Amino acid sequence: MAKKIESSFRNMVLALLSISMVASFALGAVYNLTKDPIAKAQQAKKEEAIKQVVPAFDRIENVSIIPAEGGDPLQVNKAYNGDSLVGYAVETYSDKGFSGRILLMVGFLPDGTIFNTAVLKHSETPGLGDKMDAAKSGFPEQFRNQDPASFTLKVKKDGGQVDAITAATISSRAFCDGVQRAYNIMNQEGGLK
Amino acid sequence: MSLLTVSGSPHVHTQQSVKSIMYGVVIAMIPAIFVSVYFFGLHAARVMFISVLACLFFEWVIQKYLIKGPVTINDGSALVTGILLAFNVPSNLPAWIIVTGALVSIGIGKMSFGGLGKNPFNPALVGRVFLLISFPVQMTSWPVPKPLFGPGVTDAITGPTTLGIFKEGLDAGKTVQDIMASPSFPGYINDLVGAQSGSMGEISAIALLLGAVYMFSRKIITWHIPVSYIGTAVVFSGILWLIDPAHYIDPVMHLLAGGMILGVFFMATDMVSSPVSTKGQLVFGAGAGLLTILIRVWGAYPEGVSFAILIMNAFTPLINSTFKPKRFGEVVKNG
Amino acid sequence: MNQKENFTKGFIKNNPVLVLLLGMCPTLGVTTSAINGLGMGLATTFVLVMANIVISLLKSVIPDKVRIPAFIVVIASFVTIVDLVMAGFAPALHEQLGLFIPLIVVNCIVLGRAEAFASKNDVLSSLIDGLGMGLGFAFALTLLGGIREILGSGAIFGFKFISGDAILVFVLAPGAFIALGYLIAVVNRLRKV
Repeated sequence: MAKKIESSFRNMVLALLSISMVASFALGAVYNLTKDPIAKAQQAKKEEAIKQVVPAFDRIENVSIIPAEGGDPLQVNKAYNGDSLVGYAVETYSDKGFSGRILLMVGFLPDGTIFNTAVLKHSETPGLGDKMDAAKSGFPEQFRNQDPASFTLKVKKDGGQVDAITAATISSRAFCDGVQRAYNIMNQEGGLK
Repeated sequence: MSLLTVSGSPHVHTQQSVKSIMYGVVIAMIPAIFVSVYFFGLHAARVMFISVLACLFFEWVIQKYLIKGPVTINDGSALVTGILLAFNVPSNLPAWIIVTGALVSIGIGKMSFGGLGKNPFNPALVGRVFLLISFPVQMTSWPVPKPLFGPGVTDAITGPTTLGIFKEGLDAGKTVQDIMASPSFPGYINDLVGAQSGSMGEISAIALLLGAVYMFSRKIITWHIPVSYIGTAVVFSGILWLIDPAHYIDPVMHLLAGGMILGVFFMATDMVSSPVSTKGQLVFGAGAGLLTILIRVWGAYPEGVSFAILIMNAFTPLINSTFKPKRFGEVVKNG
Repeated sequence: MNQKENFTKGFIKNNPVLVLLLGMCPTLGVTTSAINGLGMGLATTFVLVMANIVISLLKSVIPDKVRIPAFIVVIASFVTIVDLVMAGFAPALHEQLGLFIPLIVVNCIVLGRAEAFASKNDVLSSLIDGLGMGLGFAFALTLLGGIREILGSGAIFGFKFISGDAILVFVLAPGAFIALGYLIAVVNRLRKV
């Protein structure tokens, strides 16, 4: 085995310093290389979600609106195709879920009808509440092409028109709550319509 | 059975054996079996039959071919586990889920640890909780009771349990009084007799108490765990109820609804997975009672008995080492 | 010990997960599917190999008293590189593994091999040791992920072979413990033969 160098103060400082220097140069280089792909990947992810919930578009305008009933500001993405407005993609949330905040993207047509919905993030119980994800069940389908002005965004148990997910009424309620919050933004003063 | 070697000498011989205890428990469960068949019809009998058969089968297979030891399916312990597992599930459960539950109860809950006397957790509860987490939809779709021979609704109708009704209602902002006034609420008498939705064996408090009296008279169970369990639960839920009767269920309802009576007398008292000394048993019961009400009031699930008992099962070794039974003739040290 | 033995010891005889019981946190945390297990395993393998090489090269210039901080700096640099590269070029996998990628830094296998092997052996042996241990880790994680995916979601590598839900508990935390326990039991049985 090679002979170790002595653990003198000078040697220790030199060794750590040079290793850290090399490491930070390496990291800086890798960061520069991956900066653009990471930003692109994040942008692509967001656009992917917006694409799901509004008709085809070629330009996005982002505004942040504080709900009149209080709570965190919602991000509204106005989607344009050329010069004409084709829809709004509202990033909304609900705290009424079974566990933690649920992030939803709700797309409205300019007349206020829901075009489609997408779940961005949730931690509902697997097998129950996670059926709100379009990949797992047809639950979100029933919101398509509904105008919340005439379609009550509540589960049937609460006197609304939404069929709740079997054995997951709480998650279904939260989903409705999130969509309602997005719709309220559309109607409030200083809102979109 | 290694259970009998826990305490120091001298060992007093009794007439009790594993077999006599287990068959005693089976006899004590007969009233509740009849009640569940009465309210849920032949479906209840089907679930119990499959569950018992599957438990016996897995015990036999594992003992004969995996452990390659003596086969003890006649000692009644697998029979008790089978009936208790059936007691803890809804009566419309598909057969393959029941068989899965039996495999988990016997295979994971009992045989993995070396068989009867070595399992740290109550096998039937292990199976039940496994099924509850794995098949939440099937395990929480409770058939509405339909008395045999009586006028009734169709088999397909399901409804929430009494505690489920409370959980839903309270979450929606209703008060306890509103919920109890609604026509679909079973009420005290129905909860006592058994005309409520729920797991097959937990619905009738009165049938379970009848069985408990029998077990007391045969000295199969002692008073320590049941009294401290129910006492703690009643005191804790009573305090909450006195503070705010609009948002907390009263203690009597806590007792009658859900699986507390079943859990207290038939599962918390399981000799293998509960502490040995009487002091330890009192601590065990009190902990389980406290956890049950905590989970019911603030937890995600409407019912907390099975979780509470399993958690206290995990504490049993710790309780046993803290509250050791006194050695016979031990002299107290000067101190 | 010849190089072949050096390489294969990580698979069964000294498998880091199934025999040495190291790195339990990522093992239990990420193995909800076979692909997650494989991704995590390969990320760790990369870090393990690179860290082993560098530490073996530097072993004679690092004073004994500061060897642990020096090892950690080296390991943390490679983990950050993996983290950045994955975020840029495999964003979906990066999101799935999330927190567990930075946690490779504190994975006992990586520091354990650096301390126990790379700091005492030549570069080639260290490389082979890191590769063997890393692939053994990846193998165990993929196996466990596969078992949990088959039982818990009725799928393997994302291909669903049953419709509807399977035994959900296996994709949740308790299922990880149960599956790992039985896997270790089987391995113990096999090792005795």
